[in-house]
Amino acid sequence: MWIFIARRFISIPPLLLAVSFITYLLLYVAPGDYFTRLCDNPSITEEMCAQLRVQYGLDGGFWKRYAFWLVNAVTFEFGYSFKYELPVFSLITERLSNTLLLSGTSMVASWGLAIPLGVVAAVYQGKFIDKAAGFVSFFGLSIPRVFYALLALLFAAKTGWFPTGGMRDQIAWDDFSAFERFKDVAHHLILPVFVVATAEMASHMRQMRAQMIETLNKDYVRTARAKGLGYWTVVWKHAFGNAVNPLVTQFGYSLAALLTGSFLVEVVFSWPGMARLTVDAVFAQDEPLVMAAVMMATTMLVVGNLIADLLLAAIDPRIRLE
Amino acid sequence: MAESHYSPGQLIWLKLKRNRTAMFGLGVLVALYLSSFFAGFLAPAHYATQNREVSWHPPQLDDLHLFDAEGTFRGPFVYGTKRVHPAISEYEVEPGVVVELELFARGDTWSFFGLFESDLHLLGWSDPKRPIFLFGSDLYGRDLLSRVLYGSQISLSVGIIGILISMSLGMFLGGVAGYFGGRVDFALMRFIEVILSIPGLYLILTLRQAFGQDLPSTQSYFMIIIVLAFVGWAANARVVRGMVLSIKENDYVTAAEALGVSRVNIIRKHILPNTWSFAIVTATLYVPYYILSEVALSFLGVGIQEPEASWGNMLKDAQNIRNLTDYSWVLVPGFFIFLTTMAFNYLGDGLRDAADPRSKL
Repeated sequence: MWIFIARRFISIPPLLLAVSFITYLLLYVAPGDYFTRLCDNPSITEEMCAQLRVQYGLDGGFWKRYAFWLVNAVTFEFGYSFKYELPVFSLITERLSNTLLLSGTSMVASWGLAIPLGVVAAVYQGKFIDKAAGFVSFFGLSIPRVFYALLALLFAAKTGWFPTGGMRDQIAWDDFSAFERFKDVAHHLILPVFVVATAEMASHMRQMRAQMIETLNKDYVRTARAKGLGYWTVVWKHAFGNAVNPLVTQFGYSLAALLTGSFLVEVVFSWPGMARLTVDAVFAQDEPLVMAAVMMATTMLVVGNLIADLLLAAIDPRIRLE
Repeated sequence: MAESHYSPGQLIWLKLKRNRTAMFGLGVLVALYLSSFFAGFLAPAHYATQNREVSWHPPQLDDLHLFDAEGTFRGPFVYGTKRVHPAISEYEVEPGVVVELELFARGDTWSFFGLFESDLHLLGWSDPKRPIFLFGSDLYGRDLLSRVLYGSQISLSVGIIGILISMSLGMFLGGVAGYFGGRVDFALMRFIEVILSIPGLYLILTLRQAFGQDLPSTQSYFMIIIVLAFVGWAANARVVRGMVLSIKENDYVTAAEALGVSRVNIIRKHILPNTWSFAIVTATLYVPYYILSEVALSFLGVGIQEPEASWGNMLKDAQNIRNLTDYSWVLVPGFFIFLTTMAFNYLGDGLRDAADPRSKL
């Protein structure tokens, strides 16, 4: 087990290195750079442009620039964003925490709903509640999140019950007490969380139901029933533990998707998270920011996958990690 | 089943035919793809035709009448509308004015994939000054129905072409890696791991940026397909490789090798055919992913550019909260995206069940 963990950990740095190389290469081959638009302005002389490029380290060849980035990145020095003129690291930490607030809440909500609903749907297989749950999950799987988020936004605007985007009240925020701030953010959170959570709940619930149906047909479940145990005792104590096993992997994957699962929903709800920041950075060719964002997202994905494997190994004694 | 002498393909089809939801999905898809094929004829107007004096006109689908106020039959028609104020996009019905919906009317010229041109349209209107907007119009007074139809040509084909490329690439490279093993396999698998460990949208966005921002419309169409296929092949290749690894242990492969069949032919004739059902099922289930990625790119403003229409760039209008609330019909393309993904999911689920050899006929 420990050898497996160690091996997996050792394999992460080369992977990140390769990812950073490919990303940097893609940014490098993209035509133009951060100053292209500025230098189109006739009042900016060519000398000024050249000087700016030297100053921001955009003058060298690919290897020189990449090596410079890499040497700094190894010491967690990701540089300054061209656009915001702030350290990339602090910029990302702030946005990342906003994204995690949204996606983390959604994850808790989606799993919290999916598991009991999946179990109930399996127990009442073919009954009304199962069919209703099946319909809801099919809806959630099929509806495009952009569209879903836009519909939710329309709902917010038409009813006026929810704010139409953003994370906090722009005007009164500074005067809010701590509790009012909490309430305000929660109010802004409800709709985006609803959209992400119901969309993600669908596949979890489906799998939970399928696993549960399979387990409920096992012999030991019948035995437990035959010796007179109550139905729900058998469902929760005997069947559930075994049925939930395969979902642990999926749980790991949703950990890995924390940063990206809510991407478009963030854009639609103008949530000040990683999505908007990354999109803008990519198209403004704000190199240090893009690199840091991609590396951050990749790390989360890789670590999430690792956790998925470890969780499965921890919970299922049949799995031996060599 | 002694009487069974169906080919695997026939067997899948027979099972699929009994699955009602899957057939529903298939029907919807056939209808959608056919109408995108004949978009020029079905669309009342060209996607770029502007009628600025009727910008943000509400949909008239719900105002379609057959009988006029006196109860006489007039065929499908709507009551004409006029703008309340030149500066405000609000319209009120002019009760007396009847605009008839004409069948096989003459209108904008369209071209059928460059083969021939025509100006015949399925639908038209009797008064050229008063266009009928069944799905409403946008800021420039362009007909949303026409734009949805033309947009489907882009959005729907991106999905099919994208999956075809990434699937063939995945099957080929996965097959080669699985069959030959060794260094090729190692290198390819590491490369795939790298691609798969970059979160999808981040990779798509950076790849897209590598092509530069201002691309002509045809180029940006192919650019999107290339980007999506590049991101998509890796996962397919990995699964196909795994399948090939187990298939090549079969006796019939050893027999073919002993008979001196060339390696290329072994992969082509004996190994890859076994991965077909996987390929078809996965392809069907993954088309929506490609369609949605095009939608995402165009929605973010870096996919298909105006005046060309795609379902994604049409939805972009809804990003403005005022448009969304006052002119909610900008969401129309969203319903079509939803319908398409749902149909592909239904069909894909049915295909998966039908392709499962354990399922009964």
